[in-house]
Amino acid sequence: MLTINSIKKGIVIDHIKAGTGIKIFNYLALNKADFSVALIINASSSKMGKKDMIKIENAIDVDITALGLIDPNITINIIKDENIVEKIYPKLPEKVEDIITCKNPRCITSMENYIPHEFYLVDESKGEYRCRYCDEIYRLTEI
Amino acid sequence: MLKGRHLIDPMDFSVQELEEIFKLAEQIISNPKDFSHLCDGKILATLFYEPSTRTRLSFESAMLKLGGKVLGFYEPNSSSVAKGESVADTIRTISCYADIAVIRHPKEGAPKVASMYSDIPVINAGDGGHQHPTQTLTDLLTIRILKGRLFNLTIGICGDLKFGRTVHSLLKAMSRYENNKFILISPEELKIPDYIKKEVLRKGNIDFIENEKLEEVIDSLDILYMTRVQRERFFNEEDYIRLKDSYILDAEKMKKAPKDMIVLHPLPRVNEIAYEVDSDPRACYFKQAKYGMFVRMALILKLLGVDEHVND
Repeated sequence: MLTINSIKKGIVIDHIKAGTGIKIFNYLALNKADFSVALIINASSSKMGKKDMIKIENAIDVDITALGLIDPNITINIIKDENIVEKIYPKLPEKVEDIITCKNPRCITSMENYIPHEFYLVDESKGEYRCRYCDEIYRLTEI
Repeated sequence: MLKGRHLIDPMDFSVQELEEIFKLAEQIISNPKDFSHLCDGKILATLFYEPSTRTRLSFESAMLKLGGKVLGFYEPNSSSVAKGESVADTIRTISCYADIAVIRHPKEGAPKVASMYSDIPVINAGDGGHQHPTQTLTDLLTIRILKGRLFNLTIGICGDLKFGRTVHSLLKAMSRYENNKFILISPEELKIPDYIKKEVLRKGNIDFIENEKLEEVIDSLDILYMTRVQRERFFNEEDYIRLKDSYILDAEKMKKAPKDMIVLHPLPRVNEIAYEVDSDPRACYFKQAKYGMFVRMALILKLLGVDEHVND
Protein backbone atom coordinates (compact mmCIF):
# COMPACT_ATOMS: atom_id res chain seq x y z
CA MET A 1 0.00 0.00 0.00
CA LEU A 2 1.34 3.33 -1.09
CA THR A 3 1.39 5.93 1.66
CA ILE A 4 1.25 9.63 1.08
CA ASN A 5 1.25 11.91 4.07
CA SER A 6 -1.69 14.13 4.83
CA ILE A 7 -1.24 17.77 3.99
CA LYS A 8 -1.26 20.71 6.40
CA LYS A 9 -2.90 23.30 4.22
CA GLY A 10 -4.27 23.03 0.75
CA ILE A 11 -6.75 21.06 -1.31
CA VAL A 12 -7.50 17.38 -1.72
CA ILE A 13 -9.53 16.49 -4.75
CA ASP A 14 -11.08 13.12 -3.98
CA HIS A 15 -13.40 10.60 -5.65
CA ILE A 16 -12.03 11.34 -9.10
CA LYS A 17 -13.07 8.66 -11.58
CA ALA A 18 -10.08 6.36 -12.17
CA GLY A 19 -8.22 7.58 -15.24
CA THR A 20 -9.55 11.14 -14.99
CA GLY A 21 -7.06 12.43 -12.40
CA ILE A 22 -4.48 13.24 -15.05
CA LYS A 23 -7.03 15.44 -16.89
CA ILE A 24 -7.62 17.51 -13.76
CA PHE A 25 -3.88 17.56 -13.08
CA ASN A 26 -3.24 18.90 -16.56
CA TYR A 27 -6.15 21.36 -16.42
CA LEU A 28 -4.74 22.87 -13.20
CA ALA A 29 -1.26 22.88 -14.82
CA LEU A 30 0.12 21.18 -11.70
CA ASN A 31 3.21 20.04 -13.60
CA LYS A 32 4.38 23.66 -13.29
CA ALA A 33 3.70 23.85 -9.53
CA ASP A 34 6.51 24.88 -7.18
CA PHE A 35 4.72 23.29 -4.21
CA SER A 36 4.09 19.64 -3.34
CA VAL A 37 1.51 17.87 -5.41
CA ALA A 38 0.57 14.19 -5.39
CA LEU A 39 -1.42 12.59 -8.16
CA ILE A 40 -2.59 9.19 -7.00
CA ILE A 41 -4.12 6.92 -9.56
CA ASN A 42 -6.07 3.72 -9.05
CA ALA A 43 -6.33 4.11 -5.27
CA SER A 44 -8.71 1.54 -3.83
CA SER A 45 -12.12 2.89 -2.84
CA SER A 46 -14.95 1.10 -1.09
CA LYS A 47 -17.47 3.24 -2.97
CA MET A 48 -15.87 3.39 -6.40
CA GLY A 49 -13.63 0.35 -6.59
CA LYS A 50 -10.78 2.42 -7.96
CA LYS A 51 -10.40 6.16 -7.85
CA ASP A 52 -7.86 8.89 -8.50
CA MET A 53 -6.90 11.61 -6.02
CA ILE A 54 -4.92 14.83 -6.15
CA LYS A 55 -3.34 16.38 -3.06
CA ILE A 56 -2.13 19.95 -3.40
CA GLU A 57 -0.06 21.42 -0.57
CA ASN A 58 -0.97 25.02 -1.23
CA ALA A 59 -4.08 27.17 -1.12
CA ILE A 60 -4.68 27.68 -4.82
CA ASP A 61 -7.74 29.04 -6.58
CA VAL A 62 -9.52 26.31 -8.45
CA ASP A 63 -12.36 26.80 -10.88
CA ILE A 64 -14.88 24.41 -9.34
CA THR A 65 -17.19 24.76 -12.33
CA ALA A 66 -14.49 23.66 -14.73
CA LEU A 67 -13.48 20.73 -12.50
CA GLY A 68 -17.13 19.71 -12.26
CA LEU A 69 -17.29 19.62 -16.04
CA ILE A 70 -14.28 17.28 -16.14
CA ASP A 71 -15.77 15.00 -13.46
CA PRO A 72 -19.04 16.03 -11.76
CA ASN A 73 -18.67 13.38 -9.01
CA ILE A 74 -15.50 14.68 -7.38
CA THR A 75 -15.22 15.99 -3.81
CA ILE A 76 -13.02 19.01 -3.18
CA ASN A 77 -11.72 19.06 0.40
CA ILE A 78 -10.28 22.29 1.73
CA ILE A 79 -7.61 21.55 4.31
CA LYS A 80 -6.43 23.84 7.09
CA ASP A 81 -4.21 22.74 10.00
CA GLU A 82 -4.41 19.16 8.70
CA ASN A 83 -8.22 19.19 9.03
CA ILE A 84 -10.92 19.26 6.42
CA VAL A 85 -12.64 22.60 6.95
CA GLU A 86 -14.88 22.49 3.91
CA LYS A 87 -16.15 19.87 1.48
CA ILE A 88 -17.28 21.13 -1.90
CA TYR A 89 -19.32 19.04 -4.31
CA PRO A 90 -19.36 20.63 -7.72
CA LYS A 91 -22.77 21.05 -9.26
CA LEU A 92 -23.08 21.14 -13.00
CA PRO A 93 -23.64 24.77 -13.96
CA GLU A 94 -26.76 25.74 -15.90
CA LYS A 95 -24.63 27.70 -18.33
CA VAL A 96 -21.05 27.16 -19.45
CA GLU A 97 -19.25 29.84 -21.39
CA ASP A 98 -15.94 29.45 -23.21
CA ILE A 99 -14.85 26.32 -21.34
CA ILE A 100 -16.00 23.80 -23.92
CA THR A 101 -16.31 24.47 -27.64
CA CYS A 102 -18.85 23.25 -30.16
CA LYS A 103 -17.46 20.62 -32.52
CA ASN A 104 -20.35 20.73 -34.99
CA PRO A 105 -18.82 21.80 -38.33
CA ARG A 106 -22.20 23.21 -39.37
CA CYS A 107 -22.35 25.51 -36.32
CA ILE A 108 -21.76 29.23 -36.90
CA THR A 109 -19.13 29.16 -34.12
CA SER A 110 -16.97 26.98 -36.41
CA MET A 111 -16.82 29.83 -38.93
CA GLU A 112 -16.75 33.03 -36.88
CA ASN A 113 -14.37 33.07 -33.95
CA TYR A 114 -15.58 36.10 -31.96
CA ILE A 115 -18.74 34.35 -30.80
CA PRO A 116 -18.71 33.11 -27.18
CA HIS A 117 -19.14 29.33 -26.95
CA GLU A 118 -22.18 28.93 -24.75
CA PHE A 119 -23.79 25.70 -23.58
CA TYR A 120 -26.87 25.09 -21.47
CA LEU A 121 -27.45 22.09 -19.21
CA VAL A 122 -30.22 19.84 -20.53
CA ASP A 123 -29.79 16.68 -18.43
CA GLU A 124 -27.80 16.81 -15.20
CA SER A 125 -27.85 13.05 -14.59
CA LYS A 126 -26.29 12.40 -17.98
CA GLY A 127 -24.14 15.52 -17.97
CA GLU A 128 -25.64 16.69 -21.26
CA TYR A 129 -25.19 20.21 -22.60
CA ARG A 130 -26.76 21.91 -25.61
CA CYS A 131 -24.97 24.45 -27.82
CA ARG A 132 -26.80 27.79 -27.69
CA TYR A 133 -26.51 28.27 -31.44
CA CYS A 134 -26.88 24.95 -33.24
CA ASP A 135 -28.60 22.93 -30.43
CA GLU A 136 -26.08 20.09 -30.80
CA ILE A 137 -26.06 18.04 -27.59
CA TYR A 138 -22.81 16.96 -25.95
CA ARG A 139 -22.17 14.59 -23.10
CA LEU A 140 -19.37 15.66 -20.84
CA THR A 141 -17.75 12.27 -21.30
CA GLU A 142 -17.46 13.02 -25.05
CA ILE A 143 -15.75 16.34 -24.56
CA MET B 1 -45.78 41.97 -26.49
CA LEU B 2 -44.01 41.05 -29.69
CA LYS B 3 -42.71 44.52 -30.62
CA GLY B 4 -38.93 44.51 -30.92
CA ARG B 5 -38.62 40.73 -30.48
CA HIS B 6 -36.68 38.33 -32.69
CA LEU B 7 -37.97 35.08 -34.19
CA ILE B 8 -35.13 32.55 -34.28
CA ASP B 9 -36.67 29.29 -33.08
CA PRO B 10 -40.26 28.21 -33.80
CA MET B 11 -40.76 27.84 -30.05
CA ASP B 12 -39.65 31.41 -29.25
CA PHE B 13 -43.26 32.54 -29.07
CA SER B 14 -45.90 31.24 -26.67
CA VAL B 15 -49.17 29.75 -27.87
CA GLN B 16 -50.89 33.03 -26.91
CA GLU B 17 -48.38 35.09 -28.90
CA LEU B 18 -48.84 32.84 -31.92
CA GLU B 19 -52.57 33.30 -31.54
CA GLU B 20 -52.10 37.07 -31.80
CA ILE B 21 -50.16 36.61 -35.04
CA PHE B 22 -52.70 34.22 -36.54
CA LYS B 23 -55.64 36.49 -35.66
CA LEU B 24 -53.87 39.40 -37.30
CA ALA B 25 -53.08 37.28 -40.39
CA GLU B 26 -56.77 36.38 -40.67
CA GLN B 27 -57.70 40.06 -40.48
CA ILE B 28 -55.22 40.79 -43.26
CA ILE B 29 -56.70 38.03 -45.41
CA SER B 30 -60.22 39.45 -44.88
CA ASN B 31 -59.32 43.10 -45.49
CA PRO B 32 -55.89 43.40 -47.14
CA LYS B 33 -56.48 47.05 -48.10
CA ASP B 34 -56.69 48.07 -44.44
CA PHE B 35 -53.07 47.01 -44.07
CA SER B 36 -51.55 48.23 -47.30
CA HIS B 37 -49.95 51.35 -45.81
CA LEU B 38 -49.10 50.27 -42.28
CA CYS B 39 -45.42 49.92 -43.16
CA ASP B 40 -45.09 53.12 -45.19
CA GLY B 41 -41.57 54.42 -44.64
CA LYS B 42 -40.33 51.13 -43.16
CA ILE B 43 -37.56 49.01 -44.66
CA LEU B 44 -37.09 45.25 -44.53
CA ALA B 45 -33.53 43.98 -45.08
CA THR B 46 -33.20 40.53 -46.62
CA LEU B 47 -29.79 39.01 -45.88
CA PHE B 48 -29.60 35.80 -47.88
CA TYR B 49 -26.24 34.07 -47.47
CA GLU B 50 -27.57 31.22 -49.58
CA PRO B 51 -30.20 31.33 -52.26
CA SER B 52 -33.84 30.63 -51.40
CA THR B 53 -36.02 32.30 -53.96
CA ARG B 54 -39.31 31.12 -52.48
CA THR B 55 -38.74 32.29 -48.91
CA ARG B 56 -37.16 35.57 -50.01
CA LEU B 57 -39.97 36.43 -52.40
CA SER B 58 -42.55 35.57 -49.74
CA PHE B 59 -40.93 38.02 -47.31
CA GLU B 60 -40.44 40.70 -49.98
CA SER B 61 -44.01 40.36 -51.13
CA ALA B 62 -45.22 40.56 -47.51
CA MET B 63 -43.35 43.83 -46.91
CA LEU B 64 -44.36 45.38 -50.25
CA LYS B 65 -48.03 44.56 -49.59
CA LEU B 66 -47.74 46.43 -46.28
CA GLY B 67 -46.45 49.53 -48.07
CA GLY B 68 -42.84 49.07 -46.94
CA LYS B 69 -39.67 48.79 -48.96
CA VAL B 70 -37.06 46.07 -49.25
CA LEU B 71 -33.28 46.03 -49.58
CA GLY B 72 -30.66 43.34 -49.20
CA PHE B 73 -28.53 40.73 -50.94
CA TYR B 74 -29.39 37.30 -52.12
CA GLU B 75 -26.06 35.85 -52.83
CA PRO B 76 -23.16 36.60 -50.53
CA ASN B 77 -20.59 36.85 -53.32
CA SER B 78 -22.06 40.17 -54.36
CA SER B 79 -21.85 41.68 -50.88
CA SER B 80 -19.42 42.68 -48.16
CA VAL B 81 -19.67 39.11 -46.94
CA ALA B 82 -17.38 38.15 -49.80
CA LYS B 83 -14.76 40.42 -48.24
CA GLY B 84 -14.97 38.43 -45.03
CA GLU B 85 -17.31 40.57 -42.96
CA SER B 86 -18.75 38.78 -39.93
CA VAL B 87 -22.45 38.21 -39.34
CA ALA B 88 -22.21 40.50 -36.29
CA ASP B 89 -20.76 43.42 -38.26
CA THR B 90 -23.14 42.93 -41.16
CA ILE B 91 -26.23 43.06 -38.92
CA ARG B 92 -24.89 46.06 -36.97
CA THR B 93 -24.45 47.92 -40.23
CA ILE B 94 -27.80 46.86 -41.65
CA SER B 95 -29.45 47.94 -38.36
CA CYS B 96 -28.50 51.52 -39.36
CA TYR B 97 -30.39 51.26 -42.65
CA ALA B 98 -33.41 49.04 -42.06
CA ASP B 99 -36.19 48.58 -39.49
CA ILE B 100 -36.34 44.78 -39.53
CA ALA B 101 -34.10 42.05 -40.97
CA VAL B 102 -34.62 38.58 -42.38
CA ILE B 103 -31.60 36.31 -42.50
CA ARG B 104 -30.94 32.99 -44.19
CA HIS B 105 -27.56 31.39 -43.64
CA PRO B 106 -26.04 27.97 -44.33
CA LYS B 107 -24.52 27.78 -40.83
CA GLU B 108 -26.66 26.69 -37.90
CA GLY B 109 -27.15 29.42 -35.32
CA ALA B 110 -26.13 32.33 -37.57
CA PRO B 111 -29.49 34.11 -37.15
CA LYS B 112 -29.16 33.69 -33.37
CA VAL B 113 -25.77 35.40 -33.53
CA ALA B 114 -27.26 38.16 -35.70
CA SER B 115 -30.02 38.72 -33.12
CA MET B 116 -27.41 39.11 -30.36
CA TYR B 117 -25.75 42.01 -32.15
CA SER B 118 -28.82 43.61 -33.73
CA ASP B 119 -30.74 46.74 -32.75
CA ILE B 120 -33.66 45.73 -34.97
CA PRO B 121 -35.86 42.61 -34.96
CA VAL B 122 -34.26 39.62 -36.71
CA ILE B 123 -36.27 36.85 -38.34
CA ASN B 124 -34.63 33.50 -39.07
CA ALA B 125 -35.49 32.47 -42.63
CA GLY B 126 -33.61 29.16 -42.37
CA ASP B 127 -30.20 28.28 -40.93
CA GLY B 128 -28.82 25.17 -42.59
CA GLY B 129 -30.72 22.07 -41.52
CA HIS B 130 -31.55 23.66 -38.19
CA GLN B 131 -34.62 25.92 -37.90
CA HIS B 132 -37.08 27.57 -40.25
CA PRO B 133 -39.65 29.13 -37.93
CA THR B 134 -41.71 31.05 -40.49
CA GLN B 135 -42.41 27.74 -42.26
CA THR B 136 -43.86 26.49 -38.97
CA LEU B 137 -45.96 29.65 -38.64
CA THR B 138 -47.15 29.05 -42.21
CA ASP B 139 -48.09 25.45 -41.45
CA LEU B 140 -49.97 26.41 -38.29
CA LEU B 141 -51.90 29.25 -39.90
CA THR B 142 -52.85 26.98 -42.81
CA ILE B 143 -54.13 24.26 -40.46
CA ARG B 144 -55.97 26.79 -38.31
CA ILE B 145 -57.77 28.29 -41.29
CA LEU B 146 -58.48 25.12 -43.26
CA LYS B 147 -59.35 22.85 -40.33
CA GLY B 148 -60.72 25.58 -38.06
CA ARG B 149 -58.58 24.49 -35.09
CA LEU B 150 -55.10 23.49 -34.00
CA PHE B 151 -56.22 20.77 -31.54
CA ASN B 152 -58.01 17.40 -31.76
CA LEU B 153 -56.31 16.57 -35.05
CA THR B 154 -54.76 13.41 -36.48
CA ILE B 155 -51.73 14.54 -38.42
CA GLY B 156 -49.94 12.21 -40.80
CA ILE B 157 -46.40 13.26 -41.63
CA CYS B 158 -44.93 11.38 -44.53
CA GLY B 159 -41.47 11.12 -46.06
CA ASP B 160 -38.10 12.07 -44.65
CA LEU B 161 -38.78 12.41 -40.93
CA LYS B 162 -35.13 12.08 -39.95
CA PHE B 163 -33.52 15.06 -41.61
CA GLY B 164 -36.56 17.23 -42.29
CA ARG B 165 -36.35 20.30 -40.08
CA THR B 166 -39.88 21.43 -40.99
CA VAL B 167 -41.18 18.11 -39.69
CA HIS B 168 -39.41 18.41 -36.34
CA SER B 169 -40.63 21.99 -35.87
CA LEU B 170 -44.18 21.05 -36.85
CA LEU B 171 -44.18 18.19 -34.35
CA LYS B 172 -42.93 20.43 -31.56
CA ALA B 173 -45.36 23.21 -32.41
CA MET B 174 -48.45 20.98 -32.78
CA SER B 175 -47.56 19.10 -29.58
CA ARG B 176 -48.39 22.26 -27.66
CA TYR B 177 -52.07 21.97 -28.59
CA GLU B 178 -54.43 19.52 -26.91
CA ASN B 179 -55.26 16.06 -28.09
CA ASN B 180 -53.32 15.98 -31.35
CA LYS B 181 -52.24 12.58 -32.62
CA PHE B 182 -49.38 11.91 -35.02
CA ILE B 183 -48.99 9.15 -37.56
CA LEU B 184 -45.39 9.12 -38.70
CA ILE B 185 -44.97 7.52 -42.11
CA SER B 186 -41.44 6.86 -43.29
CA PRO B 187 -39.00 4.13 -44.32
CA GLU B 188 -36.90 2.62 -41.53
CA GLU B 189 -33.85 4.68 -42.57
CA LEU B 190 -35.74 7.96 -42.33
CA LYS B 191 -37.69 7.46 -39.10
CA ILE B 192 -38.08 10.29 -36.65
CA PRO B 193 -34.92 10.59 -34.49
CA ASP B 194 -35.07 9.08 -31.01
CA TYR B 195 -34.41 12.40 -29.31
CA ILE B 196 -37.56 13.91 -30.86
CA LYS B 197 -39.56 10.90 -29.75
CA LYS B 198 -38.15 11.20 -26.26
CA GLU B 199 -38.03 14.98 -25.78
CA VAL B 200 -41.21 15.94 -27.60
CA LEU B 201 -43.57 13.02 -28.00
CA ARG B 202 -43.03 10.82 -24.92
CA LYS B 203 -42.27 13.74 -22.62
CA GLY B 204 -45.48 15.48 -23.65
CA ASN B 205 -47.42 12.20 -23.51
CA ILE B 206 -48.37 12.68 -27.15
CA ASP B 207 -50.15 9.88 -28.96
CA PHE B 208 -48.16 8.70 -32.01
CA ILE B 209 -47.71 5.65 -34.18
CA GLU B 210 -45.12 4.85 -36.83
CA ASN B 211 -45.90 3.14 -40.11
CA GLU B 212 -43.95 2.39 -43.27
CA LYS B 213 -46.85 2.63 -45.69
CA LEU B 214 -48.99 5.65 -46.43
CA GLU B 215 -51.81 3.62 -48.01
CA GLU B 216 -52.34 1.73 -44.72
CA VAL B 217 -53.07 4.84 -42.65
CA ILE B 218 -54.30 7.55 -45.04
CA ASP B 219 -57.97 6.84 -44.25
CA SER B 220 -57.53 7.99 -40.64
CA LEU B 221 -55.96 11.40 -41.24
CA ASP B 222 -57.23 14.96 -40.84
CA ILE B 223 -54.01 16.34 -42.31
CA LEU B 224 -51.41 14.72 -44.55
CA TYR B 225 -48.13 16.63 -44.48
CA MET B 226 -45.93 15.40 -47.32
CA THR B 227 -42.16 15.84 -47.54
CA ARG B 228 -39.64 14.71 -50.09
CA VAL B 229 -37.83 11.37 -49.81
CA GLN B 230 -34.43 11.74 -51.40
CA ARG B 231 -32.97 8.74 -53.14
CA GLU B 232 -29.54 9.41 -51.67
CA ARG B 233 -30.88 9.02 -48.14
CA PHE B 234 -31.43 5.29 -48.63
CA PHE B 235 -28.70 2.85 -47.72
CA ASN B 236 -29.46 0.56 -50.63
CA GLU B 237 -31.18 0.72 -53.99
CA GLU B 238 -33.37 -2.29 -53.21
CA ASP B 239 -35.10 -0.54 -50.29
CA TYR B 240 -35.52 2.60 -52.34
CA ILE B 241 -37.26 0.71 -55.14
CA ARG B 242 -39.39 -1.24 -52.66
CA LEU B 243 -40.60 1.81 -50.79
CA LYS B 244 -40.45 4.80 -53.09
CA ASP B 245 -44.00 4.46 -54.43
CA SER B 246 -45.34 4.38 -50.91
CA TYR B 247 -44.15 7.96 -50.49
CA ILE B 248 -45.63 9.27 -53.71
CA LEU B 249 -49.13 10.61 -53.26
CA ASP B 250 -51.32 9.95 -56.28
CA ALA B 251 -55.02 9.95 -57.16
CA GLU B 252 -55.29 6.26 -56.28
CA LYS B 253 -54.14 6.81 -52.71
CA MET B 254 -56.31 9.93 -52.41
CA LYS B 255 -59.38 7.73 -53.05
CA LYS B 256 -58.79 6.15 -49.64
CA ALA B 257 -58.37 9.48 -47.87
CA PRO B 258 -61.22 11.12 -45.94
CA LYS B 259 -63.24 13.72 -47.82
CA ASP B 260 -62.17 16.51 -45.49
CA MET B 261 -58.49 15.62 -45.22
CA ILE B 262 -56.07 18.33 -46.36
CA VAL B 263 -52.72 17.73 -48.06
CA LEU B 264 -49.88 20.09 -47.16
CA HIS B 265 -46.28 20.31 -48.37
CA PRO B 266 -43.60 22.91 -47.55
CA LEU B 267 -42.62 23.03 -51.26
CA PRO B 268 -40.76 22.75 -53.53
CA ARG B 269 -41.99 19.29 -54.42
CA VAL B 270 -40.08 17.03 -56.73
CA ASN B 271 -42.12 13.92 -57.43
CA GLU B 272 -43.68 13.05 -54.08
CA ILE B 273 -47.08 14.47 -55.04
CA ALA B 274 -48.27 13.51 -58.51
CA TYR B 275 -49.53 16.44 -60.57
CA GLU B 276 -52.91 14.70 -60.91
CA VAL B 277 -53.50 15.41 -57.18
CA ASP B 278 -53.28 19.19 -57.72
CA SER B 279 -56.84 19.40 -59.00
CA ASP B 280 -58.19 17.56 -55.94
CA PRO B 281 -59.85 20.13 -53.63
CA ARG B 282 -58.00 18.55 -50.71
CA ALA B 283 -54.63 19.56 -52.19
CA CYS B 284 -53.85 22.74 -50.24
CA TYR B 285 -50.09 23.26 -50.69
CA PHE B 286 -50.38 26.29 -52.93
CA LYS B 287 -52.90 27.87 -50.57
CA GLN B 288 -50.33 27.10 -47.86
CA ALA B 289 -47.71 29.12 -49.78
CA LYS B 290 -50.15 32.04 -49.91
CA TYR B 291 -50.88 31.80 -46.20
CA GLY B 292 -47.11 31.87 -45.72
CA MET B 293 -47.04 35.36 -47.14
CA PHE B 294 -49.96 36.49 -44.94
CA VAL B 295 -48.41 35.10 -41.79
CA ARG B 296 -45.14 36.89 -42.64
CA MET B 297 -47.13 40.12 -43.08
CA ALA B 298 -48.65 39.64 -39.62
CA LEU B 299 -45.25 38.79 -38.15
CA ILE B 300 -43.60 41.92 -39.61
CA LEU B 301 -46.43 44.10 -38.25
CA LYS B 302 -46.16 42.54 -34.79
CA LEU B 303 -42.36 42.76 -34.54
CA LEU B 304 -42.40 46.36 -35.76
CA GLY B 305 -45.31 47.14 -33.41
CA VAL B 306 -47.20 48.99 -36.13
CA ASP B 307 -50.41 47.01 -35.73
CA GLU B 308 -51.36 48.73 -32.51
CA HIS B 309 -54.42 50.55 -33.84
CA VAL B 310 -55.74 47.36 -35.42
CA ASN B 311 -58.72 46.04 -33.48
CA ASP B 312 -58.55 42.59 -31.92
